[in-house]
Amino acid sequence: MNRLFWIASLAAAGLLVMAAQQSTYDLGTITKGERPVLAVPDLRGTAEAQSLMGAFNQTLWSDVSSSGLFKMAPKTLYPLAVPQQPSDFVQPPPVVETPRGRRTQEMTRPPNGGGRWVSDWSGPPVSANYLAFGYTAPQNGVLVLYGNLYDLGKGAAGNPQVINKRYLGTVDEAGARKIAHEFAADILALFGGQTLFGSHIYFTSDRSGHKEIWVMDPDGKNQKQLTHFNSISIESSPSLDGTKIAFTSYVRGNPGIFVFSVDPVRDLRFYNQAASVNSSPSFTPDGKQIVYSSSAGRCCRIFIANADGSGFRPVSSLAAIDTEPKVNPKTGNIIVFTSGRSGPQQIYKMTMDGADVERVTDGTGEAGNPSWHPDGEIIAFAWTRGYATGAWNVFVMDLASHKYTQLTHGEGRNEHPSWAPDGQHITFSSTRTGRNQIYTMLADGTQVQPLTTSGSNERPFWGK
Amino acid sequence: MFSKQKITVIGIAFSLAMFAAGCKKKAPPPPPPPPPLPGETTKPTLPRAPTVAQFSAEPTTIQRGQSSTLRWEVSGAVTGVSIDQGIGTVQNTGNRRVFPTDSTTYTLTATGPGGNTTSSVTVTVTAPPPPPPPPPPPTPTATLESRLGSDVQDAFFDYDKSDIRADARDALTRDAASLKGILSDFPNATIVVEGHCDERGSAEYNLGLGDRRASAAKDFLVGLGVPADRLTTRSYGKERPQCTESEESCWQRNRRAHFSPQ
Repeated sequence: MNRLFWIASLAAAGLLVMAAQQSTYDLGTITKGERPVLAVPDLRGTAEAQSLMGAFNQTLWSDVSSSGLFKMAPKTLYPLAVPQQPSDFVQPPPVVETPRGRRTQEMTRPPNGGGRWVSDWSGPPVSANYLAFGYTAPQNGVLVLYGNLYDLGKGAAGNPQVINKRYLGTVDEAGARKIAHEFAADILALFGGQTLFGSHIYFTSDRSGHKEIWVMDPDGKNQKQLTHFNSISIESSPSLDGTKIAFTSYVRGNPGIFVFSVDPVRDLRFYNQAASVNSSPSFTPDGKQIVYSSSAGRCCRIFIANADGSGFRPVSSLAAIDTEPKVNPKTGNIIVFTSGRSGPQQIYKMTMDGADVERVTDGTGEAGNPSWHPDGEIIAFAWTRGYATGAWNVFVMDLASHKYTQLTHGEGRNEHPSWAPDGQHITFSSTRTGRNQIYTMLADGTQVQPLTTSGSNERPFWGK
Repeated sequence: MFSKQKITVIGIAFSLAMFAAGCKKKAPPPPPPPPPLPGETTKPTLPRAPTVAQFSAEPTTIQRGQSSTLRWEVSGAVTGVSIDQGIGTVQNTGNRRVFPTDSTTYTLTATGPGGNTTSSVTVTVTAPPPPPPPPPPPTPTATLESRLGSDVQDAFFDYDKSDIRADARDALTRDAASLKGILSDFPNATIVVEGHCDERGSAEYNLGLGDRRASAAKDFLVGLGVPADRLTTRSYGKERPQCTESEESCWQRNRRAHFSPQ
């Protein structure tokens, strides 16, 4: 415990905000001050485990680097000999004072340990504060990772070992990725971070020939097709607990809302009121109700209904096109939505009964795609402010102060931002490489990672 | 005493004589039956010719390849009933499916001690209708689709607007006349007024905007007398662009109301 306290103190020095208040997010800023430098050399595996280490090392590196908690020491600077277990470290030989004028070649202390001295990692050129190392081996049909994290600042004198743990997985690529995610999760947890492993990103892809709802892991792995309607199926939105998704499909002609359970994938039969458009569904935080946009009467008002579609009633009064309602996930008492009531589409908020309608964006450009930060105080959204019509960028805004920060800067159209459950990452779509693809980034705009390549992929929504 | 041979010879000669006589001279017709006496019902009468109570074909008109059913019922003193056209001897009462390839007259002959009675029925065979003219034609969608494609123009809109522009007013006015004609040619058809948007607005907002464009176009057409219940609206937002270039000429092509078969 004493050791952990020290770690926490160290982390607090560099990560004051995050360590003290894990879930808060200072607009556009993930890290303040110095971040600890982490070295993560490629781990090796014995016997058949070695063939899985490509997936393992890629996953481990991606998880810790995309957390934004560390400055990653570049692999090219690492010494040749990479320790695999604590006993691989040796003490540098003591500096021997030689008799004056009698220096011999044999007695000269080598300049470094080639990787076997702690100082090889803590000193230049690596200059890391922490080193993750270990190895994997298949044992009795189980892939075992012996994972270590050293606090190099403790040097050889103290006990640098912060993590020394076994992780178990299946002897295949999925198992290798799993133990890498778990090892990374333990490393992140020491620094106040939260692993995203286990969360899911729902999205729309046309790679099958039709727009269908898909889901994937937050690192882009395990991409799975959920709907097979051979129609246009879009706007997937998971419930907060991750058990259900709502989406819009043209499978019955006009766009209508569907609610599916996720595991197993099953149609829960949402009743659509008579309208030419029922669209843009999302759940209330308790998962018991759905807010959506309907053209019933005239396009379009925000409605609220039970999760099966019954008991629907309008929330907003007809003024213009109102859509994309999203209920505050923390308080459940505010809806942000997109409306054209003052001209070009802007973001508004109102209470659950449609009162106190207030424009959130300042009326410049066009704004849409609001997504709540898990703390219920900040939204991410797409805005064309400062750019041409249709040139969307991802912004974040504090709803109380209306202060905002821009996170993408004109590399293609950047739309549909959605917050990760950790409140530190955002997934979004971008046309920066041509067609729409899905990316993740830290909520300061750094660490942009592409997740999709096949077909056109859009409308990501990060859920549990 | 005659020998056996003589008897045979005489018999044959007699038969031949009789046969020759029969050929030369028609047998006299049987006398007409006497009028029935009042109150006399059981009095044996001279044999009468059989009565054909029924000889019909159902149906009497068929298409080639179809069948018709002959039904007959013969009463009275009957020794044999036959139908021509290769059917031959049949029971007194019965039915038979026939598959004539051309119009055919079937004649039933009932033979009895009192004479023969015949009855005829004709089955008319028609060629199967060429491409059947009655609605619905075999490819109504293609035809409706091609009519919509050739006779009805898209109506175009300004960015983020669903107002009917002057050029759209002209297009829709011509469309109204075309649509009325098409709808009367396709009395069962419903036409979808699709609303589309360019790629620039946000996808969700465009679903609403497309709905407003489709509704505006529909309302305009209904105002010109196109029956409202034959038009339905559907917004595709920016989900189904007809071009994807990021330039105004393509954006304008996508900001439209378009007409398609239901």
